[in-house]
Amino acid sequence: MFIFRLKRTAKLGIKSLWMHKLRSTLTTLGIIFGVSSVIAMLAIGEGASRQAQEQIARLGSRNIIVKTVPPPEDKDVGSQNESMRIYGLTYLDAERFRNSIPNVEVVVPSRRLVQQAWYRNRKVAIEVIGTVPWYPEISPIQLKFGRFLSSIDMHHKQGVCVIDENVVKELFVFDDPLNQDVKLEGDYYRVVGVVSPANLGEAASAFERDNSKAKSQGANVGNIYIPLTTIKNRFGEISIQFGGGSGRSVERVELQEIIVKVGGMDEVLPTRDILETLLSRFHKKNDYQIVVPLELLKQAKQTQRLFSIVLGSIAAISLLVGGIGIMNIMLATVSERTREIGIRRALGARRRDIILQFLSETLLLTFVGGILGMSLGSLIPFLVTRFGQMPTVITGISLVLAFGISGAIGIIFGIYPAYRAAYLDPIESLRHE
Amino acid sequence: MTGGKYNAVEFEKDAPILVMERLCKSYELGTMELKVLRDVALTINNGDYVAIMGPSGSGKSTLLNMIGCLDRPTSGDYWLGGQNVSLLDDDQLSLIRGARIGFIFQSFNLINQLNVVENIEVPMYYQGFSEHESAKRAIELAKIVGLGDRLDHRPSELSGGQQQRVAIARSLANDPLIILADEPTGNLDSESGLEILKILVDLHLQGKTLIVVTHDEGIAENAGRIVEIFDGRIKRQ
Repeated sequence: MFIFRLKRTAKLGIKSLWMHKLRSTLTTLGIIFGVSSVIAMLAIGEGASRQAQEQIARLGSRNIIVKTVPPPEDKDVGSQNESMRIYGLTYLDAERFRNSIPNVEVVVPSRRLVQQAWYRNRKVAIEVIGTVPWYPEISPIQLKFGRFLSSIDMHHKQGVCVIDENVVKELFVFDDPLNQDVKLEGDYYRVVGVVSPANLGEAASAFERDNSKAKSQGANVGNIYIPLTTIKNRFGEISIQFGGGSGRSVERVELQEIIVKVGGMDEVLPTRDILETLLSRFHKKNDYQIVVPLELLKQAKQTQRLFSIVLGSIAAISLLVGGIGIMNIMLATVSERTREIGIRRALGARRRDIILQFLSETLLLTFVGGILGMSLGSLIPFLVTRFGQMPTVITGISLVLAFGISGAIGIIFGIYPAYRAAYLDPIESLRHE
Repeated sequence: MTGGKYNAVEFEKDAPILVMERLCKSYELGTMELKVLRDVALTINNGDYVAIMGPSGSGKSTLLNMIGCLDRPTSGDYWLGGQNVSLLDDDQLSLIRGARIGFIFQSFNLINQLNVVENIEVPMYYQGFSEHESAKRAIELAKIVGLGDRLDHRPSELSGGQQQRVAIARSLANDPLIILADEPTGNLDSESGLEILKILVDLHLQGKTLIVVTHDEGIAENAGRIVEIFDGRIKRQ
């Protein structure tokens, strides 16, 4: 009985909405845009969040990254241009980490330099990473061809290198890179392996900006890995930087980075504290920075949640505006159809019949708007990803949420006009012209 | 599911189906109390054809609304088909209206978006007829009033006389106790007015109870009984 009533009511609703096609369409548009913007906003927010989390996760959730940072400038010595500043992490630090902290699995020291790499007449900006053979254990890079650096390379300070696929793409357009020679600052290095790009992306490198003076020289294409002993031998540890004016600073840094990997995620934070204590004893100059990807991950999740809430709220407001539009139209419809309401009441319609009639029209509008909005809302993130090169993720929850909200809006904003209609005096409404 | 529950009782010819006793209706206008109906007593029997006449402002419309269960009396009692409707709430009144009263209005009051059949179906819809049943009955009724060939026309595509015939068919939909017509020929030319009148007389001859509110002496002549109302009181019946 009820279902059959509902079916007829819905039919009646469809009919009267169909009679006012333009009005119904315009009203529905509000809901369509509202729902689709909720879905699109949430998808973009979620996409950005996943991307950031992925990038941070690539840094390794069990890793603790200790970086060399220039100590705060001493203004007194600022005038002594020729003096050499010695700071940063040392081989001794790496040794201490390895020997004195019990739950450390791997310690990977590395030096980083921004250089130009040559192959025949091609030249690209790259980052040279001087490191140890077990570097892949703390990095997301994967070996594609050949081999990674070996302990023999280390021991003999060999001129070998492993390059990533981005470098291959730029330097070796058609050639097989294996066993070719790449030139870095006058020396040749034989390519022994190719790895996937480390590709840390923007979010992960954001925290590197502080100490990436060298990077200001320009974006580098990719990484070239050479043995740590080789980089020390061939490039030395002293770098000369030409600052503003006539100033010139000479710096000596042994290691740019030591990455420590611990056994489990729950050991990350305690180990971090031990490292901090240990370092603070030997580095009075505060020339290091400890980065914990796990913490960054947590922070990023929080920030992104906030981001999603803000985006979602803005979209929800547009949904609200759509709802108000619906209410407005339904109120107009009610006063336009006052006479019809009077007729129906005289012919036996109860108040609840009238409420149901008008509410069903509103619900139909929001239902159709919700469905179309969901389709459009799923299309927008697709286009954003396709043409904006931005990752988007449509979650089931956002669809349910948007649809639920539009339904709720239908009820909330439909109920008042419906009540207005139902509580009209039938005698008055019959007289209404 | 067949018609509403109120149609279950059959009434014999000349049984009193409408009884009003000491019925009063007053409206409050600020501090003043405006008495529109004063101690109305009226009995109408099954099968009667009654014309209610009276000058404007006499309380005629209010009495009509009262009979049609669109309004409730301030005091007094009103039995319709043996049920005291002055005690009913809005929902019950709505059902009574749908089941026991067939309305015919001066201005037809058809719903413009609906075609002939759908308009006739409206009262049945609210009594819970099935779609199939109500459509079948609506078509029959349309044929009875001579609109068998215009079933899917909209009111705007019909003449005034035809529209009023749709309204008559609609008023018969739930086989009501009383057909209540308010100036049924008031908006019609004399020719279609006569047509409508003829249909009403036919209905009366078939045993329907008709109450017609009118200024028209011609209609009143047809009626078996004239009730005159003046200044809220029934002057002659």
